[in-house]
Amino acid sequence: MAKLIIDGKEIEADPTLTLLQACEMAGAEIPRFCYHERLSIAGNCRMCLVEWVGSPKPQASCALQVKDIPPNRDGTPAKINTSSPVARKAREGVMEFLLINHPLDCPICDQGGECDLQDQAMGYGRASFNRFEENKRAVEDKYMGPLVKTSMNRCIQCTRCVRFATEIAGVPDLGATGRGEDMEITTYLEKAIDSELSGNVIDLCPVGALLSKPYSFTARPWELRKTESIDVMDAMGCNIRIDSRGREVMRILPRINEGVNEEWLGDKSRFVWDGLKRQRLDRPFIRRNGKLEPASWAEAFAAIAAKVKTIAPAKMAAIVGDLAAAEEIKALRDLMRSLNVANLDCRQDGAKIGGGPRQSYLFNSTFAGIEAADAILLIGTNPRWEAPVLNARIRKTWLYGNLKIANVGAPRDLTYPVQQLGTSASVLEDLVSGANPFAEILKNAARPMIIVGAGALSRADGAAILRLAAQLAASTGAIGPAGNATEGGWSGLNVLHSAASRVAGLDLSFLPGAGGRDTGAILEGAANGDIEFVYLLGADEIDTSRLGKAFLVYQGTHGDIGAHRADVILPAAAYTEKSGLYVNAEGRVQLANRATFPPGEAKEDWAILRALSDVLGKTLPYDTVEQLREKLYAELPHFVVRDVPAQHVGADPAIWNAVGTAGKIDAARPLASPIVDYYLSNAIARASETMAECSRIYVQRSQEAAE
Amino acid sequence: MAWLDRTARTIFLWDFVMGFAVAMKYFFRPKATLNYPFERSALSPRFRGEHALRRYASGEERCIACKLCEAVCPAQAITIEAEPREDGSRRTTRYDIDMVKCIYCGLCQEACPVDAIVEGPNLDFSVETREELYYDKARLLANGDRWEREIAKNLELDAPYR
Repeated sequence: MAKLIIDGKEIEADPTLTLLQACEMAGAEIPRFCYHERLSIAGNCRMCLVEWVGSPKPQASCALQVKDIPPNRDGTPAKINTSSPVARKAREGVMEFLLINHPLDCPICDQGGECDLQDQAMGYGRASFNRFEENKRAVEDKYMGPLVKTSMNRCIQCTRCVRFATEIAGVPDLGATGRGEDMEITTYLEKAIDSELSGNVIDLCPVGALLSKPYSFTARPWELRKTESIDVMDAMGCNIRIDSRGREVMRILPRINEGVNEEWLGDKSRFVWDGLKRQRLDRPFIRRNGKLEPASWAEAFAAIAAKVKTIAPAKMAAIVGDLAAAEEIKALRDLMRSLNVANLDCRQDGAKIGGGPRQSYLFNSTFAGIEAADAILLIGTNPRWEAPVLNARIRKTWLYGNLKIANVGAPRDLTYPVQQLGTSASVLEDLVSGANPFAEILKNAARPMIIVGAGALSRADGAAILRLAAQLAASTGAIGPAGNATEGGWSGLNVLHSAASRVAGLDLSFLPGAGGRDTGAILEGAANGDIEFVYLLGADEIDTSRLGKAFLVYQGTHGDIGAHRADVILPAAAYTEKSGLYVNAEGRVQLANRATFPPGEAKEDWAILRALSDVLGKTLPYDTVEQLREKLYAELPHFVVRDVPAQHVGADPAIWNAVGTAGKIDAARPLASPIVDYYLSNAIARASETMAECSRIYVQRSQEAAE
Repeated sequence: MAWLDRTARTIFLWDFVMGFAVAMKYFFRPKATLNYPFERSALSPRFRGEHALRRYASGEERCIACKLCEAVCPAQAITIEAEPREDGSRRTTRYDIDMVKCIYCGLCQEACPVDAIVEGPNLDFSVETREELYYDKARLLANGDRWEREIAKNLELDAPYR
């Protein structure tokens, strides 16, 4: 530990810290533009200058490490001043230089009101002082794709965006050309930033040079109501902040949660909000004479009740979709159980998982635990599309450590080098038997990780693949002692789900009961007439053409695949419009708050099910969402503690030997990710114009190029 | 002697005479009242009357939808919605002032970075129904077009003191 005297206060700082961090430890506030905790140090904005007493010049504190600051000759600790006249004058000078070429267009700039330059010019600039008479620099705006709007006159060349693109996103699409005043941030070829994390450069930009295109000019930060919520676009449960005005969601921003998304957010999660305003179901519908006609809630419930009375429970089924919260899954399960319906499934992709202990379907290493891993085996997953923020964390671990990554499945550019072991599931058998050389790497790794994706589990041989992965984990020592990575424990067998509702559904065992059918069997039964009534809770990813003549009730938010086929539509609230508990892939229970109200006559999902249960004569025993949650907590105590991932309980063979079921694997069929198009993977995204545009530009164009 | 003085004043109706003298004095003086609305008093260039949205000489509206007036308005009388216009510039799609809520404090024109929203010299805009006092963008722009000359003159006269 090195001693420093910062603003007269003596502190002891870790020598590897930068002076800026040490100053912050001492309670001093250091202005900065280019420095960012999660990016490499550039030291080019010079805003963080501080005075080092005895040094001839002020020092850029972000680029100076504590170990490079020797004590004074008399042995006393070095004196640093962060608010002395020298430091203040240095910053005022830097600010004056920065403002030379910065246009005075704050009133029309979307960053106005939340701009670092604006704030710091007020705090650290000269008051009412201008001696710059010359012309300002003019820079042409660059094209960065459908999400990022540029206004390059405003750029102060902090290069945060360039560092983000190369380091975190792993796409070297951004760069700087020219030098000095003529330096310009550019995409070189006027192409869109080819990353699922491109929206984060908007947050990183300290000025209004990179802005959100869909949000542009629509709102001001001070008029937005900020609601802390949880993202449901993937199974990560990224922490988000929903900014709304009136009844409209205006934008979605990430919240910092070191355990989940750090401070990043995928583009789908960030820009999907315009899908919340289009294609919405705002009133109940009943199909009469082959046409969906608007109806009242009472009529819709009566139509369902009339049908339910005539059908035996064995011929009824319910499927939960990808975006449902735990409350409505429980409400639907309780209702269906009271009707003696056993044909329940929360895995609309047909994943062969669940039923066993919690550890068998969780991301056991936890997302933060990835940083402790030293070898990763990906099985049938494309984390770049299934969980882009998780992929960024794998890339970060690879970038700063000695991480070896191998892939079994379709080869993809994951932004880090991946050893391609093959696309057939038979590679797993070779790994278990030790025939494949990567098995040795896994064995020698202190903390090996195996990530099984939804693409592998949703196959007919999904359970067998999971068993192979569990065997591999057992034989390579991936299942270590109890506790998380920081406590010295390790559990390296991970399941990466592709749906936000999946873990909650499995926790609540929304699974086929005794003699019940799973999703595939329900569809099969519906096709040949064995199933006559299907209740879809926002399930849109199933093949509705296989439903045959079954009476279909669709409770959901968007007029999408499920609603098109439905006989009764019950309009529900989207994830921004209800308070709900979501469980992410690592078993972390998180609460999403309501930001806006559902449109028209739409209601919260659990309330719809409660009202329907009344009409069906099987009244559910809760009248408020709090009562529902009390029941939920009583049933599943782990829902009480929020924002904590599931704890690893150790290498108990009773758990780990029961993962998956042994069986024959289909070696001929290649493993692939279930997500065909990242931007159009659920009903909300399919309703979004922004996502459609992204899909056109990023996915379809690259597919055309590949052909 | 005081009783004598009082008695004499009473006898000679002195208070009546003095009152009559005051009345006569004001009778022959020029009148202070105006025959409104046919006559009007002079208004200061800073007078804060009916609102108007101004245009540039080219006909382009000045307002850039920065929403500072909306933010500063203490009565929350202003409602603005904005989106990019076809040419990509930042413009309002809605600019409403509830003239019933407005307290005519003038903070909106102080906040405006482009002198778009101003309080013009018009003070008689009384109407018969409340609804007519909910001004929209078209009405405000029409006000601006009608009063532009007076508004520009007032701004010019006030400029040296800003």
